Amino acid sequence: MNPSPVLDIRGLCKSFGGLHVTRNVSMQLNAGERVGLIGPNGAGKTTLINLITGVLAPNTGSVWMLGQDISHLPQDQRVRLGLARTFQITQLAPRLPIGLQVELAIHQRLGSVHHMWAAVSSFTPVREEALHILHTLGLADLAQQAPVSLAYGQQRLVEMAIAMALQPQVLLLDEPMAGVPTAERQVVLQALDTLPKDLAILMIEHDMDLVFSFAHRMVVLAEGEVLAQGAPAFIRQHAAVRTAYLGEVG
Amino acid sequence: MQLIHHSHQPWRQAIPYVLWVALAVVVYVFFPDQLPLGARIACMAIFVMSLDLVVGYAGLATLGHCAMYGAGAYAAGLWATHVSGDPLVGLLVGAVAGALVAALSGLFLLRFQGLTFLMLTIAVSQILENLASKMRHWTGGDDGLSGFSMGKVLGLASFDLSGRVAFVYAVVVMLLSLWLMRRIMGSPFGLACVGIHENRLRMAALGSSVTAHLQRIYIVAGFFAGVAGALSAQINQIVGLDTLGFDLSAEALVMLVLGGAGHLHGAIAGTLVFMGIHHVASAINPYHWLFIIGALLVAVVLLPRERWSLAWRARLASLGAARVHPSRGVP
Repeated sequence: MNPSPVLDIRGLCKSFGGLHVTRNVSMQLNAGERVGLIGPNGAGKTTLINLITGVLAPNTGSVWMLGQDISHLPQDQRVRLGLARTFQITQLAPRLPIGLQVELAIHQRLGSVHHMWAAVSSFTPVREEALHILHTLGLADLAQQAPVSLAYGQQRLVEMAIAMALQPQVLLLDEPMAGVPTAERQVVLQALDTLPKDLAILMIEHDMDLVFSFAHRMVVLAEGEVLAQGAPAFIRQHAAVRTAYLGEVG
Repeated sequence: MQLIHHSHQPWRQAIPYVLWVALAVVVYVFFPDQLPLGARIACMAIFVMSLDLVVGYAGLATLGHCAMYGAGAYAAGLWATHVSGDPLVGLLVGAVAGALVAALSGLFLLRFQGLTFLMLTIAVSQILENLASKMRHWTGGDDGLSGFSMGKVLGLASFDLSGRVAFVYAVVVMLLSLWLMRRIMGSPFGLACVGIHENRLRMAALGSSVTAHLQRIYIVAGFFAGVAGALSAQINQIVGLDTLGFDLSAEALVMLVLGGAGHLHGAIAGTLVFMGIHHVASAINPYHWLFIIGALLVAVVLLPRERWSLAWRARLASLGAARVHPSRGVP
């Protein structure tokens, strides 16, 4: 018997006017599972992430997390339940030192972000935890630097550091390699290895070598619906996938 | 904006406070005829600092901040007229009135962003100004609310004609407000405000309820704007419709930009510069003194703060007067 999934997406549909972006998408993520989400441009991958995180509301269907229907919860409550994400284009506070950004994520997780009286610097355990996370990702020396002075690959790592600081149950990685120069890709790959083993991860990625080596299971989207899902080896051989996505004929 | 760090070198934090106190002492001792002006500057500085919380830290552009200032001023004036002339209780009443107006208007305003938010803040202050104008029985309408007198500060010192007590009182309230605001903005709550200013999307992805957080800082800013309004009512012993006027909000924004949004000490400096120039230049040429303010604004806006800062640090370094640490401070 399969363990109950940490994330359960049931029949999600989303349309903008007459444009059906997501069509009856259903999938599950179990604890510790790495799932790759691939599909051609415009397949609805990022829209699906936005539906899961609550940025967009679905027309029909539901999202369940840890056995709870979270479809009607706002984004912040979903994050507090353990749903974290990174962005296709990095979203950081450009002038805020990265150490403080990770500390802020920890404060958010602990609920201490509402403290109005104690100084940020007085939360020593928070600072130590932030430094530990940055150290894990090789960013400890850059804790005082703002993202504007970092390379793009390093900014990707900061996004991952922030996600780790939230201690999520589910992490949605939206194209972690997008825009990362070749020279910096190895650093991001190593960072992916450091993510906790019990964390469920859904990764959107166009780098086929990366996603096929990373994922335990693949989901292929095309024109807003699930074209196929299964083990990477199965997806590699799937005729419809090869035709629709990999561009192979015959 | 400036991130406020506490702890490691508290003496460094104290330096600006010492400078403000020294300046106040100089004014008190050597310029006794300017004490009423000094008290007005201190009062306005609190208002500009409260505006800084909203504009400089939380990134909400507003031109209706006077709504909270005026509410505080009228509340303190009415309290002194009908209930008690105790200045400190009056300050608290004004602060609560400012916070209430911020809480109620924020529920509606903070659903919007950018230009829409800006225009609606003006609308709220205009509505309050018109209400104050219509409620003549309570507010005195165009004639203003007057005829109330203040009791002794802490039961010790009465407001005198020379303005000495009012000056000291205003400066102490200003410094206390500055300390409180810096304390709040140096907390995780303040850090989250900066985060929202920098990137709302990121903060939402962290699990922050952005609107609720902005509502809280808006109330805090309203509280201090109310303090400023109440203080103004007490030291001038009159409350006019101009406390709810658009001009006040606009001038406060100019003062904030002059001193540097996101720097609470800068808010005081900007107020000092603006009101100082106003006082001196308008006496020389009452029709064209705004040219100087305009020129200063152009200079401040066109020359980025980083350039000022770098030039200043380089100058200090060349004089051997300062060791510049690269990790200190954030523009």
